Amino acid sequence: MTKQVHLAAHFPGVNNTTVWSDPAGGSHIEFSSFVHLAQTAERAKFDFFFLAEGLRLREQGGQIYDLDVVGRPDTFTVLAALAAVTDRLGLTGTINSTFNEPYEVARQFASLDHLSAGRAGWNVVTSWDAFTGENFRRGGFLPESARYSRAREFLSTAAELFDSWRGDEIVADKSSGVFLGNPAAGAFRHRGEQFDISGRFNVPRSPQGRPVILQAGDSDEGREFAAATADAIFSRHGTLEAGQAFYADVKGRLAKYGRRHDQLVVLPAATFVLGDTDADAQEKAAVVRRQQVSGATAIKFAEQLWNRDLSGYDPDGPLPDVDPIVGESTISKGRASVRMNRDPIAVANQWRALAAEKNLSMREVIIEVTGRQNFIGSAATIAEQINTLVQADASDGFILVPHITPGGLDEFADTVVPLLQERGVFRTEYEGTTLREHLGLGFSR
Amino acid sequence: MPLHLAVALDGAGWHPAAWREPDARPTELFTAGYWVDQVREAEAGLLDFVTIEDAVGLQTSGFGPPDDRVDEVRGRLDAVLIAARVAPLTRHVGLVPTATVTHTEPFHLSKAIATLDYVSTGRAGVRVQVSARAHEAAHFGRRTIPPFDGDVEAFRDLFDEAADYVEVLRRLWDSWEDDAEIRDAATGRFVDREKLHYIDFEGRFFSVKGPSITPRPPQGQPLVTALAHATIPYRLGARSADVVYVTPTDAESARAIIDEIRAEQEAAGRASEPLHVFGDLVVFLGDDAAERKARLDERAEFTSDAHVFTGTPAGLADLLLDWQRAGLTGFRLRPGSVPTDLTAITRGLVPELQRRDAFRTQYEAGTLRGRLGLARPANRYAKAAS
Ligand SMILES: Cc1cc2nc3c(=O)[nH]c(=O)nc-3n(C[C@H](O)[C@H](O)[C@H](O)COP(=O)(O)O)c2cc1C
Repeated sequence: MTKQVHLAAHFPGVNNTTVWSDPAGGSHIEFSSFVHLAQTAERAKFDFFFLAEGLRLREQGGQIYDLDVVGRPDTFTVLAALAAVTDRLGLTGTINSTFNEPYEVARQFASLDHLSAGRAGWNVVTSWDAFTGENFRRGGFLPESARYSRAREFLSTAAELFDSWRGDEIVADKSSGVFLGNPAAGAFRHRGEQFDISGRFNVPRSPQGRPVILQAGDSDEGREFAAATADAIFSRHGTLEAGQAFYADVKGRLAKYGRRHDQLVVLPAATFVLGDTDADAQEKAAVVRRQQVSGATAIKFAEQLWNRDLSGYDPDGPLPDVDPIVGESTISKGRASVRMNRDPIAVANQWRALAAEKNLSMREVIIEVTGRQNFIGSAATIAEQINTLVQADASDGFILVPHITPGGLDEFADTVVPLLQERGVFRTEYEGTTLREHLGLGFSR
Repeated sequence: MPLHLAVALDGAGWHPAAWREPDARPTELFTAGYWVDQVREAEAGLLDFVTIEDAVGLQTSGFGPPDDRVDEVRGRLDAVLIAARVAPLTRHVGLVPTATVTHTEPFHLSKAIATLDYVSTGRAGVRVQVSARAHEAAHFGRRTIPPFDGDVEAFRDLFDEAADYVEVLRRLWDSWEDDAEIRDAATGRFVDREKLHYIDFEGRFFSVKGPSITPRPPQGQPLVTALAHATIPYRLGARSADVVYVTPTDAESARAIIDEIRAEQEAAGRASEPLHVFGDLVVFLGDDAAERKARLDERAEFTSDAHVFTGTPAGLADLLLDWQRAGLTGFRLRPGSVPTDLTAITRGLVPELQRRDAFRTQYEAGTLRGRLGLARPANRYAKAAS
């Protein structure tokens, strides 16, 4: 059977994908920008709108990082407001399990699910660092090794809270005077290593029961966590081979949790550059890449790997001949991608080999290795690429990250989506009303 | 002197039997439409703002632990999310959700209220609320709070902590200067990092580094409000708030409360700063108000921390203007039942006050702060720099 493609829209923000200097680039904080992207995604019948999160401004070399977009809204607040200006679109937010408490987050997601009539989704992330922890009254943070034990228990505790109301308790019979059908509605008791809490959850069961759970995390432990608990996974592996390997890996982990293949939807992040022709798109893409990686940005990227000050280097010259500094402390703070680089010296050597082979400057190397432009081409080419990847089980669809805010999805909606619809691999109308239904997940137990 | 008017929205109204009224919509309390309708009604009445009640625990009929009652409304949606959900569908009325400050993170609340200010284009506020309930603390498991034995002094620390919390909210709102975003293509800088500030708050209860992840909101400082019944909470209001809600029983007690708050303001070194003192009242309105309240009282016992007014809109207008002369600058009315008492406020009381030249006849343009005569505050960090 032909697989159906899932599509979501990522509000572009705090990363160098976003080209803020483009004349078409609007505000990253005014609500009208969020409305524009969300309404475009809904017009195109996308599954959901997606927000990332970072709870401390990034720093590099002890200073706030100023070359990319800085600043973003509160996730819950913006999603609740978007529920007012959209009807069917899923509303998915990234919420960290380290710097929050289960009772509060469960309340917020249950409330969002009520206020959006069943469209809430939660991307659970596990950043744990002390740097971010300085913004929180607990001041605390976790050792890296504990991030998933807290996340697992956070999620299972939240599930206990969501399930503490069955859904039939609100009787509200005016004549008998019975409002609540069960005097113990919401009662819970959780005792674990991370949380020891009890009482009454105060939000009645929401339309989806629980929000859709997404997970973003790439380590073995992260994948295991996703296989055990998530409805969908937000991945970084959007190319054919890497995607297929990731897809097979995470789907292969499902059986041991008694889960079916279709109970985990795999959605890599993907960027795109559209042109009238493929050649036109390639040309545009080259321009966009140079906007995304200025000389100054190239130096900063190299510093993140080398973990040392490279401000004296010329971005149009060769890569540094010194080796990266390997250690606990990093020059760059507040960036998940930096923590994921486990062997910087090996990576530096790969980059050097690439530079030698293709005769590339530092900036050109950075452009090559950080290039995340998955789809470049005419609308027909991009529709074909997306469908090919999905049918080849490199993913179940994509979370698209436009490089322009907020209009970067408009052309995609108008040109690529109709072609996917013509092929019969993308919906022309929403069939259901909830995010769970859009993702083909059925109702949560 | 213009009179300011807010309504306090909570479930089906403030009487525990309100949900049983013929026109009540108790099965819709957890839907967006219910809240949109109420806030739009408040906006049709040109009210300054609405507050939305909330707590981090299930409602109880007293101050104690959950009481297993089934005859009253139980369950609530998060008030900040309700306010955000309503914001794009209204244009003028202020939106002031309640937030518990005892168990939550000021960093999260600061960006939530800043974002509410963005999505409502300058109409956001917050009512900060201390949680002194043992059972609410058990929902978080990070601290214990002893059961209330009537001694308010025991709560002094919770209120001091709340004052620190508000200080952190305000510093975070100022942690971005208004013109921090520069988009300087020549140097490739999106922000001027000299205009972003670490707040470096260190207090007795917690510390927070900053800056916020959310740029300074449209109002600069969204409205901070607090309900206060006694000296310790008056002090929080006087130190930290833009609006304090108080609960006098007559003009005389209103005068005494205001004197006490002004003295606290003086002691806090804020004497010159504008601070609204609003009277809080529960209202049952209409020709049949007394009868209706009696009928509700038969169905559920009703006790109130605030004065309960029962009578006609004209009678309420008399009372409000009398208390206003005692020094109150506005009122937050708690409708006994919704929609009856809410529409009696917007369609009965408001026209009555307009006839007496005591209330606006159209919305002035501008922000919630502006409507309350509060200037857009200068940024504390910008001042320090220049
Ligand atoms: C595709 C992807 C997107 C992510 N987005 C965020 C994010 O928005 N906010 C955040 O704090 N962490 C984010 N993370 C970080 C993860 O939550 C996690 O902390 C990190 O990947 C380390 O866990 P791991 O070792 O399992 O990969 C993201 C990770 C991936 C792979």
